[in-house]
Amino acid sequence: MSPAGVTAAVLRGSLPFGLMSALQIVVLLLVAVGATAVVLTRVPTRQVIVLSGYGLLLAILFFVFQAPDVTLSELCVGAVALPILLLLALEKVRKGEE
Amino acid sequence: MTPRQRRWIFLAAVVGLAAFYLWGLAGLPGFGNYPGPYGNIIDRVAVSQTNATGVVSAVNFSYRGFDTVGEEFILFIAATGVATVLRHLRGERERTALDEAKDGRVPPTSEAIRMMALLFTGPTVLLGWWLASHAQSDPSGGFQGGVVLATAFILIYLAGEFLVFERVSPVDITDAVEAVGAGGFAAVGVAAVGFGLAYLTNFLPRGVYPGAVFSAGTIPLISFFVGLEVAAAFILIVSELLEQTLVVRQGG
Amino acid sequence: MPFVQVFPFVVVAWVLAVGLYGIVTSHHLVHTIVCLIVVQSSTYVLLLGVGYKRGAIAPYFYDITQRHVPAVDPVVQALALTDVVVEAAVTALLLAFAVQAHKRFGTLDPQELVQLKG
Repeated sequence: MSPAGVTAAVLRGSLPFGLMSALQIVVLLLVAVGATAVVLTRVPTRQVIVLSGYGLLLAILFFVFQAPDVTLSELCVGAVALPILLLLALEKVRKGEE
Repeated sequence: MTPRQRRWIFLAAVVGLAAFYLWGLAGLPGFGNYPGPYGNIIDRVAVSQTNATGVVSAVNFSYRGFDTVGEEFILFIAATGVATVLRHLRGERERTALDEAKDGRVPPTSEAIRMMALLFTGPTVLLGWWLASHAQSDPSGGFQGGVVLATAFILIYLAGEFLVFERVSPVDITDAVEAVGAGGFAAVGVAAVGFGLAYLTNFLPRGVYPGAVFSAGTIPLISFFVGLEVAAAFILIVSELLEQTLVVRQGG
Repeated sequence: MPFVQVFPFVVVAWVLAVGLYGIVTSHHLVHTIVCLIVVQSSTYVLLLGVGYKRGAIAPYFYDITQRHVPAVDPVVQALALTDVVVEAAVTALLLAFAVQAHKRFGTLDPQELVQLKG
């Protein structure tokens, strides 16, 4: 079926799951892809940026799971505080190598 | 053990783990079919019992307050651990860092970053305080508010105002604020014991309207202390990791 | 069980396995720590997935006027919420140990660190 056909069927409600479930499935797929991307990036400085994007994806997932509190936490921590901590530690290590 | 052997052993272990996990998954009721009585009961009674419309914060600080005390002390100990492990490094590094700083190899912060960071510091502080003080009504609470508050201080550092950062959050005061936050939470619980109730009972008056600012008893008070403690812990952790870079930039 | 009811838990298993693979085959301690973060995130998804109720709203009744609207389980959300913040601090502690290990042994490769005994 074409994407337009699938979308029309979902909106009509004729598929066995609704719009919410479709959104959840899409975001779950993105989270799985994001996790693989984070692990496969071997250079730590680049990995930190990918981790920040992964944190944003996770926050969207938690929002779609009807948990706004956890969304706020994950946004502040996973996309901001954790990359800052990681980058600072990496710089400390780099300064030690010089 | 070579990396290849390690990969094969990992593959075998993951297959075993997947088998156990699928066996456990077969017993679950499925995503979306929530059976359990506990969640339904709490949703039904929380608003009338505690006058808090944010049920998650009510669970966090009132029904399951004891778990939150434990988590908060994990945070406290982690911040103390970072300070202990890294302060040992700080003393012997400061001499070489000052010599490095005289090279002046550090480029100045770009104007765009300075402007955006300084522009957003005020709203971030406001947002952090709002989040930390409205635990009982909205999706907010001490934990999120504390992290947002810490982010505001980091914005000050990012704007290149390192001297301001050092003056605004000196280590002694941040230590004291963190202790006040952690101790305040425990003290609220002990105060309940002083009244003859169980530890961490919600003993303050509950207010008239559910979800108003001064409602839900001890929940906003505890959330305020938790916000203080989380913010101070994160600022401490970041300033321990920042010490080196701060000294370098000051010289250059 | 129908596909929609099982898919989130399959994603949890995948993220867990991928994170563990990253830890096992890592060549840099900071990369290991980030893979540990990924493994922790899979547990948050599992917690929230267990508590979800189809067609229910978030457990905030500030603007709800009818009685007894079905809401998602708040207990698992409370657990996940404190989890996220606390494990960030524990990650900071791990990073401090990594920095100290680098200072002491000069290398951040876990394969080499294993062989430095005494």
